[in-house]
Amino acid sequence: MSENASSGFGSCPLPIFEHKQIVLGHGSGGKLTAELIEKIFLPAFSNPVLDKLDDQAVLHVNGSRLAFTTDSFVVTPIFFPGGDIGTLAINGTVNDLAMCGAKPLYLAAAFILEEGLPADDLRRVVDSMRSAAQAAGVQLVTGDTKVVNRGKGDKVFITTTGIGLVDTAVNISADRAQPGDKILVSGYVGDHGMAIMSRRENLEFEGAIESDCAPLNGLVSTMLEAGAGKIHCLRDPTRGGVATTLNEIAVRSKVGMNLVEQSVPVRDSVRGACEILGLDPLYVANEGKLLAVVARDAAEDILEHMRRHPLGAAAAVIGEIVSDHAGMVLMKTAIGGTRVLDVMFGEQLPRIC
Amino acid sequence: MCLAIPGKVLSDYEQGSMRMAKVQFGGIVREACLEYVPETKVGDYVLVHVGFAISRVDEEEAQRTYQLLEEMDQLTELEAPVVREMGERDDEEKVP
Amino acid sequence: MKYLDEYRSEEVTKKLVDELHRIQTRPWVIMEVCGGQTHSIVKHGIDYLLPKGVELVHGPGCPVCVTPLDMIDKAHAIARQSNVIFCSFGDMLRVPGSEGDLFTIKSQGGDVRVVYSPLDCLKIARANPDRQVVFFAIGFETTAPANAMLVWQARESQLKNVSVLVSHVLVPPALEAILQSPENRVQGFLGPGHVCAVMGYSEYEPISAKYRVPIVVSGFEPIDIIQGTLMTIRQLESGRAEVENQYSRVLNREGNQAAQKLVSSVFEVSDRNWRGVGTIPKSGYRLRSEFAAYDAEKLFDVQRIDTREPEICISGAILRGIKKPHDCPAFGSACDPQHPLGATMVSAEGACAAYYTYGRHLKQEDGCLVSISPGDAA
Repeated sequence: MSENASSGFGSCPLPIFEHKQIVLGHGSGGKLTAELIEKIFLPAFSNPVLDKLDDQAVLHVNGSRLAFTTDSFVVTPIFFPGGDIGTLAINGTVNDLAMCGAKPLYLAAAFILEEGLPADDLRRVVDSMRSAAQAAGVQLVTGDTKVVNRGKGDKVFITTTGIGLVDTAVNISADRAQPGDKILVSGYVGDHGMAIMSRRENLEFEGAIESDCAPLNGLVSTMLEAGAGKIHCLRDPTRGGVATTLNEIAVRSKVGMNLVEQSVPVRDSVRGACEILGLDPLYVANEGKLLAVVARDAAEDILEHMRRHPLGAAAAVIGEIVSDHAGMVLMKTAIGGTRVLDVMFGEQLPRIC
Repeated sequence: MCLAIPGKVLSDYEQGSMRMAKVQFGGIVREACLEYVPETKVGDYVLVHVGFAISRVDEEEAQRTYQLLEEMDQLTELEAPVVREMGERDDEEKVP
Repeated sequence: MKYLDEYRSEEVTKKLVDELHRIQTRPWVIMEVCGGQTHSIVKHGIDYLLPKGVELVHGPGCPVCVTPLDMIDKAHAIARQSNVIFCSFGDMLRVPGSEGDLFTIKSQGGDVRVVYSPLDCLKIARANPDRQVVFFAIGFETTAPANAMLVWQARESQLKNVSVLVSHVLVPPALEAILQSPENRVQGFLGPGHVCAVMGYSEYEPISAKYRVPIVVSGFEPIDIIQGTLMTIRQLESGRAEVENQYSRVLNREGNQAAQKLVSSVFEVSDRNWRGVGTIPKSGYRLRSEFAAYDAEKLFDVQRIDTREPEICISGAILRGIKKPHDCPAFGSACDPQHPLGATMVSAEGACAAYYTYGRHLKQEDGCLVSISPGDAA
């Protein structure tokens, strides 16, 4: 779940949800999503674990720490360069578990299929899920299937729920960033969102942008080997991108962040696509990348370990945690100016201006 | 306003009655209409706004003006202004 | 990316900024006309690098912001009709009319589609012969050639199911309106680079001469803007008032003749109502009568809706460079991109929205924003 990161925005004190209808922006992972959670879901379900608003819940059960998470996948188109809704469904949940340092163990999957979906498409999706589960080292142990009338569901929706175990040495949470820590990213940002965009009607372009969809638990294990206690925060920058995710951590940990624009890795192809559509790679979704906030003295070592792993080959230090401007993420721009990176507002739309 | 980005013309072709091109921006390629820049050749850079090339980039002018920028701190106080218009202008610019 | 990256060089930026600091002796107020230039300034943090005495104010160069409320309501009324496929640039999707925006209409079942190029509408029209495709043709002169081509090609191909809702605006009359205002503070302008790539800049010469203001036609990358500012300050410091061309790699005085020709075949100049400013004579385009079959305003019977802007909104003053977003009591509180009260917050390129997006509403305890100096982070 995304966190409500309304840094400084003075809204009406009463939790009135003003929208009469849900709009697409409510699902984008930015401010509108946060508002939805804050004003409708939290008041109904509030408890100490939920209130932390992490992407996963870590529960103490019979002396062990169990990580528990769920996610729905509604992406259109269902097949895109570099993956499909099935790969996303497995890796998305595996990654949510990995982001609290858990070893992902078992998944459940619920399918909502639209009447008229070609069986071959379903086979293809399921096959992708099989490969993805195998690659991630998890097993699908239970599931459910429903079919809805034509027009009432967009081909296929998948919800996956996962559980994993968290080791005692691990203490990773969005509120643990400390001044002096370094901010690391595991590789190129913006691939997934732009791969999806490249297949969307009327916004097509040619060029090999593939989704980066991948299971991150292997990479996280490598990082934990380098220094489990030194890793303070882990998050995968999905909806809302790097900028939104870092804001969530900054607010939860009550710290400031200084980034350097030139050190954020972006592929040429993603850069080109973002420039012509007027989009910003820092707000584009990723599905196979992680952000890590680590202790300063361990940063080099952890980075080296990451770079040796296939999913971390382009890992880089992109900034640091500071005690100034708590809750705000600032960035030194390419020309040496200062930019404030706020939480994403609604949906990023291509622009002409 | 007016988001327009420079890209390199990779190929051109006819589409109906319009001359179109494949234009490369960084690592991606998108189609653009060349009807407004008929003098464009493959290999040229054009400025593209909403799928239309609205201007060609004058590469010589770009190089000339950029070089002047880079050499800026080598100019003394009384020397030529940074960028010249096409044609002559006054050299001297004294600060009051 | 060539012709982009070089214009974001830290080294060259520093040289330009140093030179600006060196020559500037008095305070000056400069307006950058385009929303895209505003966006670039705030995104790259250019305003933090300029000398304190150089104040940049933001102009009315945001076609989305200045589209009048009744035009937006007309667009929405058309989009709600069941056999219409309503196509628009992404910018207009979130602009609220009297009741909701295009996103809301989409959620209620309207067929609203984002397009990157107006030509996409031709493809959609051919693929859906039994539906009416309507394109929201907004923009300044930069976008007019593209919108004109859509109409031209529709007629050439004898497509019967495509039309345009035109809300085009022109820059020179807007500059005059600003300069004529008794409250005007603007002393120099960064001219609109991409508008001039199409139109050339000869139209700005009489304005520069009449009002004795320097106008430096500038590009959009940080170095273009800073160099344009430097050239403007140079003129101001030495008492000159001319039109200069900073963006010479892309434009010249005459502009793009081929584009101008097609635009004037399809459109003609008309009066236009600018949101937040009022009606400016001869400040827009409308379709010529021979293209009436493609004019959505004529084809669709949409009732005129009387609209009223919230009184607290100071968009008008912002668009004319008299005030800044911070001067508005509603900025960042009652008014934000989620609940925009007026023109300059509704579009991502409006001054208020740009300021908000780049965090200018977030304040430190001392009211200032911390600046990161080179060598600080990472």
